[in-house]
Amino acid sequence: MRPEQLPTDPDVDLHVARQRVELRRGTASLLATIAAGGVIGATARYTLSLAWPHQPGEFPWSTFVTNVSGCLLIGVLMVLITEAWTAHRLIRPFLGVGMLGGYTTFSTYAVDIQQAVAAGHPRVALLYLAGTLAAALAAVYTGIIIARLLTGLHPRRKEHR
Amino acid sequence: MTLVLVALGAAFGAPLRYMADRAVQARHDSVFPWGTFTVNVLGSFILGVLIGGAAAGAVPAPLVTLLGTGLCGALSTYSTFGYETIRLFEDGARFYSLLNAGISVAAGLGAAFVGVSVAQAVWP
Repeated sequence: MRPEQLPTDPDVDLHVARQRVELRRGTASLLATIAAGGVIGATARYTLSLAWPHQPGEFPWSTFVTNVSGCLLIGVLMVLITEAWTAHRLIRPFLGVGMLGGYTTFSTYAVDIQQAVAAGHPRVALLYLAGTLAAALAAVYTGIIIARLLTGLHPRRKEHR
Repeated sequence: MTLVLVALGAAFGAPLRYMADRAVQARHDSVFPWGTFTVNVLGSFILGVLIGGAAAGAVPAPLVTLLGTGLCGALSTYSTFGYETIRLFEDGARFYSLLNAGISVAAGLGAAFVGVSVAQAVWP
């Protein structure tokens, strides 16, 4: 990976000196920022799940909407803070790692599929499995494209460098 | 009250994901996002044990809320998984991108099934 390339991992790339700064300057404040964002994201997810409950065997709409909307937002966020603007060092930990990371969930996705299969609804399980994956990946890509267009960047990253 | 349990679990889960991701990513030089893979599989397994235990009446509901909805929910992530998959694809690493999507879902599901099975074996 060339040093000027953006990291694949949105958290931190230890091979890029510029990004290790994030770690040198106060790990405690960094972890506290991530925790604060995580609390906001997770309570939002929980509140939505209470408002939109589902039985095993029914399509888990609240987790579906949470994961897909979180994916759309991370696409927008990462373009804004890595391509369009120079962001404060705690913006990505707070909004990306903390809030969106706490808001979206992989564990509930996986266990809800197991629960649907166990309740004798393999078709709902399969639809939810594939539907979330396809919609979430499409949402990340849509978020990236929208953010690039709104900030005047070329929609395809490789061509505007 | 339950909202406080979710918040408390997430306050530990989110920083734990960050530290686990850093620890895993620092140990190898691959483009493959093993850090996110690890937290998602781990979170799916623990939640599976908790849900299986709750169904057997062995794990109380507040503990499922604290450790399941709060901790595992914040420890695991779909947004970072999705972003990393798309970034790999955009960077031209299309094989790794598809591989990441495939094995993350397969391993996460496997971990959830194993977790529930472990709970059923421990609390019959």
